[in-house]
Amino acid sequence: MQKTNPTIHVDGQEIPFKVGQTIMDAALAAKVYIPHLCHYPGLTPHGNCKLCMVDIGNKNVTACTTAAVAGQQIRNNTETLNAARKTVTQMLFIEGDHICPSCEKTGNCKLQAMAYYLGMLDNHFPQFYPRREMDASHATILLDRSRCILCDLCVRASREVDGKNVFAIAGRSTNAHLIVNSPSGKLGDSNIQTDDLAAHICPVGAILIKEQGYDVPIGQRIYDQQTIRDVGLNEAIPEKQGNHHD
Amino acid sequence: MTDAKISIATTSLAGCFGCHMSFLDMDERLVTLLEHVEFNRSPLTDIKHCGPCDIGLVEGGLCNAENVQVLREFRANCKILVAVGACAINGGVPAMRNYFDLHECLEEVYLNGIGVNNPQIPNDVELPLLLDKVRPLSDVVRVDYYLPGCPPSADDFLQLLGPLLEGKQPIFPRNTFHYD
Amino acid sequence: MNPCIQAPTNSASPHLLHILYALQQQYRHISAESINQVAASLDLPVSQVAAVVEFYAFFSREPCGRYHLLLSNCTSCGYLAGDTNLLLALSQRMGVNPGKTRADGLVSLGETSCIGLCDQGAALLVNSVPLVARDLDRVEQMAQLITTETPLAHWPDEWFCIQNRIPKPGLLLQHRWDAGAGLRAALLCGVTETLARIQQSGLRGRGGAGFNTGTKWQSCLAAPGAAHYVICNADEGEPGTFKDRVLLQHHADTMVEGMTLCAFVIGAEKGFVYLRGEYRYLLPHLQAVLAQRRQSGLLGACILGQREFNFDIELVVGAGAYICGEESALIESLEGKPGIPRVRPPFPVTQGYLGQPTVVNNVETFIAAAHIACRGSAWFAAVGTAASTGSKILSISGDCQSPGIYEYPFGVCVQQVLDDCGADQVQAVQVGGPSGTLLGKDAFNRALGFEDLSTGGSFLIFGQQRDLLTVNRNFARFFAHESCGFCTPCRVGTQLLKNGLDKIIEGNATPADVDEITRLGLLVNHRSHCGLGQTAANHLLQGLAHFPAAVTQRLTQADFTPQFDLDAALEAARQITQRDDADAHLDN
Repeated sequence: MQKTNPTIHVDGQEIPFKVGQTIMDAALAAKVYIPHLCHYPGLTPHGNCKLCMVDIGNKNVTACTTAAVAGQQIRNNTETLNAARKTVTQMLFIEGDHICPSCEKTGNCKLQAMAYYLGMLDNHFPQFYPRREMDASHATILLDRSRCILCDLCVRASREVDGKNVFAIAGRSTNAHLIVNSPSGKLGDSNIQTDDLAAHICPVGAILIKEQGYDVPIGQRIYDQQTIRDVGLNEAIPEKQGNHHD
Repeated sequence: MTDAKISIATTSLAGCFGCHMSFLDMDERLVTLLEHVEFNRSPLTDIKHCGPCDIGLVEGGLCNAENVQVLREFRANCKILVAVGACAINGGVPAMRNYFDLHECLEEVYLNGIGVNNPQIPNDVELPLLLDKVRPLSDVVRVDYYLPGCPPSADDFLQLLGPLLEGKQPIFPRNTFHYD
Repeated sequence: MNPCIQAPTNSASPHLLHILYALQQQYRHISAESINQVAASLDLPVSQVAAVVEFYAFFSREPCGRYHLLLSNCTSCGYLAGDTNLLLALSQRMGVNPGKTRADGLVSLGETSCIGLCDQGAALLVNSVPLVARDLDRVEQMAQLITTETPLAHWPDEWFCIQNRIPKPGLLLQHRWDAGAGLRAALLCGVTETLARIQQSGLRGRGGAGFNTGTKWQSCLAAPGAAHYVICNADEGEPGTFKDRVLLQHHADTMVEGMTLCAFVIGAEKGFVYLRGEYRYLLPHLQAVLAQRRQSGLLGACILGQREFNFDIELVVGAGAYICGEESALIESLEGKPGIPRVRPPFPVTQGYLGQPTVVNNVETFIAAAHIACRGSAWFAAVGTAASTGSKILSISGDCQSPGIYEYPFGVCVQQVLDDCGADQVQAVQVGGPSGTLLGKDAFNRALGFEDLSTGGSFLIFGQQRDLLTVNRNFARFFAHESCGFCTPCRVGTQLLKNGLDKIIEGNATPADVDEITRLGLLVNHRSHCGLGQTAANHLLQGLAHFPAAVTQRLTQADFTPQFDLDAALEAARQITQRDDADAHLDN
């Protein structure tokens, strides 16, 4: 007999884990979906979006930053949690400019796909209509801050995979916004390149590759065919990346 | 059960009539629908004011004072009010102007834009006055149901109306609705 | 002369926050060029420097006036504390809108969160120096001095004079302190026994959370690391608290001794005092205390002649961020970053400053520890209750005759405190500040202590004449302003709570809106990343539970009301078109 791995339970399902794994790591490895936006397997978890909230007893934690501990009884796919997740998704929608019909990312947008997954029919809250600076200075990459959900994925992708440090989040409260690490603060003066992960990892339409927005027609895009659950269970940073130094 | 038909009113506020066009995409299924339904105020009937109705379908958001008045008339007369399409639900494409000041928009369009002759910002009292921002319906009245899509498909309309016609809650299968 | 007028020198410490402060003072803002220069000189990413500049309230990217006035908006030391709205008065008198700089660059005006002068009356920071505005007369005199461009050094000294009142000293405050007594006692009995004294005393953190201090020191001692650090959290930002201001002024030596004892126990050679930016004027005094202790062999190399006992302290001054009172955010700030709370665990005792084991304790906790080291654990544990030993120092302000510092044995009931400070006709008490507990009359028999009413020391009294909903709105604005912006529920939720309260106060809300704000408050409390968000809706939820009439009397009978002022939304178009006909208006 082999020594049995330690396990956690997610909604009653027993899931093995390796020591050091988070609840999210263990769940995804077992093909159990925990909704997430600011997490991308392979990057350091951050825990800011709060979509991956799960309950353990009377404690609530983010699955992406909480270590799996043997015997944990975790509630994930419950009505209460999905309702709270829907509210958090609505908060992200009203905080920025998320008018899907006018956005190139529509159909490929994770925020939109999360809203579909959670059955979100309306924004519920009055919208904030923030004014945030657009940056079109780069030849091939567009930064539209009004759509940014402050997930920090581009920040981490640039540091951890691209070996650069192109982005950061500045300001606080609802003034928090994405900034670019260059003397002028413009993307065109940074060392980002089109094939950097940071240029592609944006879950929404804040960082876009120019002139590709409509290569795939609306209706035939990722989340027109699959749910965010299907996609989320199967994505991770490819091993070969992490070699862009210039 | 009575044989009385369900009365429906429709209107397009700050929208593009795309949702109405999509509604008409029901094609021959409209004939069956009309066995159960009669239209009150609607671009389809040219009735100018909404009378007491069972269901109001409102396309478009609120960009001016008249939109607000029409919406209030619908709310006052319709037992069930449905926000139809992206613009009614969150302002949609017209709400893209919300990221600019109203005077910036008007000056760009009527004074400084390319090809403008006789530049002046219209101020005729016949014209509805613009709100400073384009708003979703739910900012001004209670909305009972939301039908997302830009536009919602004819099937979406039928799915919504089917149960409503039978006095039931509509069900939105997760695999069909979309925001674009 | 008032010592605080001169910009304090701290050249030994090129901390990012200090460099930025100097730039802000010199140029009245921090330009893109400055950010690039600072980044180059410290070898930091431009984006890190820019992120810090934009995070802290006392730095600005746009030029402030030569006289930069930030009025506290606390319920006790804020511009609405008296009969007159002093912000409005100054705004009208100086011809500048709040949040703006006057075109000639002379003056800029704004609000800031509580500056810890709650026992003094309405107060403000003038070019980061605290000043008691008191009343309209003084505001008028200030306006004249600004108009004539009189240097701050020539403003009346008494305006800057902050008189500390300690109507009720107790266990810690009534004893004369003998510098070094705690350290000598510790050296006599050794690390193990010193730690045991702290543990046996039952001392718990005085910041409010109440973690056992001995356990914290023990865990840090046991944690492996290249270095260990001691941090004193002197960033008291909870509106209504000002005890650290008084403690730093009168008991800094005891506090430093407590830190040094901690260093002795955990084996640290380096410590920090993180002083809130609002208390910058205390910096010269603290520097003098440190210098004196170095001279006396109580700080620095070979403390009390012990060759292996080396410990020194650096003073770091914050720049306007309530969140930095949260220990991991404080550590981030010390490391020259925006004050965003870390994911915990790991806790600072194992991975704190620079990833090394770190003890973070409150000013009052270190003072208590110093006394315990020399007087023994039994002396301390004899006071208070079983679960909350010792005393608690309260900052009392609001509607009472004698605001000030009161020290009580734990277990004292709220009514006793109210009687002592001359508060009658009390409607409610906010214990522990906006993040704490709102109590009505029926709860005045409750006791202060970790087992009942835990508090960092803020004690705000609201008399019968106060509109509690206005207090709620004040608190809601505070949290919306101070949210670090990291997590969605707090960043967006605190803003929505603020908007929801505005709607209620303006008389436009329906019962459904109240249900909605309740649901939202619960979500913000349950789902936020750190203590700020997790307590941000307390005041509102408790207000709704204990003072429902404050809300219900303002509700409309309509079943739905618009989310915005419809007629006001037409104003821009009315102006542009110069229309004012009937169709140019809407009923709300």
